[in-house]
Amino acid sequence: MSDEILVSIDQHIEAHINVPGALMPLLHAIQDDIGYVPESSYPRIAKALNLSVAEVHGVVTFYHHFRSHAPGKHILQICRAESCQAMGSEALETYVKKTLGVDYHQTTSDGAITLEPVYCLGNCACSPSASIDDQVCGCVDIDRVNEIIAEARNG
Amino acid sequence: MAITIYVPRDSSALSLGANKVAANIQAEANKRNVEINLVRNGSRGLFWLETMVEVNTPKGRVAYGPVMPKDVASLFDADFTNGGAHPLNLGLTDEIEWLKKQERLTFARVGITDPVSVDDYVAHDGYRGLKNALAKSGAEIVKEVTDSGLRGRGGAAFPTGIKWNTVLNAPADQKYIVCNADEGDSGTYSDRMIMEGDPLVLIEGMTIAGLAVGATQGYIYLRSEYPDALVTLNEAIANAYQAGFLGDDICGSGKRFHLEVRRAAGAYVCGEETSLLESLEGKRGLVRFKPPLPAIEGLFGKPTVVNNVISLATVPIVLDKGGKFYQDFGMGRSRGTLPIQLAGNIKQCGLIEKAFGVTLRELLYDFGGGSASGKPIRAVQVGGPLGAYLPESQFDTPLDYEKFTEIWAVLGHGGIVAFDDSVDMAKMARYAFEFCAVESCGKCTPCRIGSTRGVEVMDKIIAKEDHAKNITLVRDLSDTMLNGSLCALGGMTPYPVLSAINHFPEDFGLKKGQVA
Repeated sequence: MSDEILVSIDQHIEAHINVPGALMPLLHAIQDDIGYVPESSYPRIAKALNLSVAEVHGVVTFYHHFRSHAPGKHILQICRAESCQAMGSEALETYVKKTLGVDYHQTTSDGAITLEPVYCLGNCACSPSASIDDQVCGCVDIDRVNEIIAEARNG
Repeated sequence: MAITIYVPRDSSALSLGANKVAANIQAEANKRNVEINLVRNGSRGLFWLETMVEVNTPKGRVAYGPVMPKDVASLFDADFTNGGAHPLNLGLTDEIEWLKKQERLTFARVGITDPVSVDDYVAHDGYRGLKNALAKSGAEIVKEVTDSGLRGRGGAAFPTGIKWNTVLNAPADQKYIVCNADEGDSGTYSDRMIMEGDPLVLIEGMTIAGLAVGATQGYIYLRSEYPDALVTLNEAIANAYQAGFLGDDICGSGKRFHLEVRRAAGAYVCGEETSLLESLEGKRGLVRFKPPLPAIEGLFGKPTVVNNVISLATVPIVLDKGGKFYQDFGMGRSRGTLPIQLAGNIKQCGLIEKAFGVTLRELLYDFGGGSASGKPIRAVQVGGPLGAYLPESQFDTPLDYEKFTEIWAVLGHGGIVAFDDSVDMAKMARYAFEFCAVESCGKCTPCRIGSTRGVEVMDKIIAKEDHAKNITLVRDLSDTMLNGSLCALGGMTPYPVLSAINHFPEDFGLKKGQVA
């Protein structure tokens, strides 16, 4: 962990130490800030919140949203849930995996895009859905996903 | 005078380019020296028409849709700021048949007001329920909610008033109101629409709940997949504090209620109330054994009301117009209205709030216009990933908790996902197990192990390996999960699986009509 990251993690810990049920908001704050929750930060978090390192590890790994390693520059999520399946998301996911040359939970070799599955973005009236970083995209066909990928690679 | 133009900030509208439409409208207005007042409203819920832009005219609001960013210049050319004719002109919004046929109580303001404006909220009958509640005792508020017949809209349909009464009568130095906004079911988005389109109605509902049971702190547990709702909720909460509707002295009554949004982190099981409470406490979302009920020992061990977004957002109208008013809608023991969400392979997907009793067929065809692909609708899944698949022969079932129970199905949170005849139901059954395996919290064996074994057995059935034996096995496994799981995740995964086998046996290599 670089000193810079260390300082910002300590600042987040400081800001959350008196919050009831602090661990979840703290993990969110860290991941929002640096993109992931480094494993090497678990002991500091544990000590500050009077938890064991195992408890922190347990929480980070329980939730799909949290990650302990740096992702690619952008995160592309494809919805795998029923409504999107009814509108052809399976073909979309096959296409995206092939185009990016990665499977779910992997990052493209240029480091631009991490591909993740998601189980519902609440955009079911506009299926199939995907999201790039925090932006939800509806009625996504092959053309649209190509646009999304191109924008992510250039941005 | 500036002309008021509405462009939704609802995330489904954004997913179709609403921000770009709004930006283009503002830029074009500047260019043409037209003075406009751009309001970012919620969505009216007609998603096939998003981005639906509305313009205030002397005759009422006129709608245009679906507007693409490239259409904006031509709208100005057609004098749309005065309701001018244009191929995208949909006429007066209030006259749109799809909206006229609805009974919008919980969604009364969604799409109409500026979601974060307290003034706008109050101008449209907001905070009248709270005003009435402040004049009542806790027990009187609870009685009003009980009289309304309101049942939990998250899926379990437990009477809200009874839950509140338990918390009211549990002595404690601290009690909590927790809003379950972990809307993880595929095909559902009504919670999101409320939080993005009328968050103040949820805030008011939670405040009333606090007054009713004597709780001074509320938490909204919001799924992390809803970043736009997070922004809207936080803006609305800040504005409610500023206007004196939240804080230490609500409307000068000396009563206290504080509210905070907490983000979930992508675990479906945290929609289960005890798992949600564990998560709020900063732990893994493992389901708790019941009893004790959360109403007795909930968040941090204190008496806690855990209600779904729609249940809480319905409380203000109950307190405004009375339990009797709400109770007069609906059928049987399903009182009031249900915000129904059409999704999947449907031509006209959107939000329909109707009194209980409307049939699936009316929803799928009269509102939905049939399938998006033009092929016959073969199956619908009602109530999310743990809901049963229904065949065409059951489309005349009215939406009613008990009627659905009779056909071994669930209404759940009111989501309806339609599939055309290209669907392979064996694959959907396999997916149900797979989803359960991904999302299982791991505490109980039937769910943790059963889901993975279920995927394996389905693979064998699909591969026609030891077919008859594996059909028997999947039924046996489903029986174990149904009866042996700790919560609904493992306990209801057999609903989609067994309903798929029973209603669509031909997809499982069985003869039609042959229920093995």
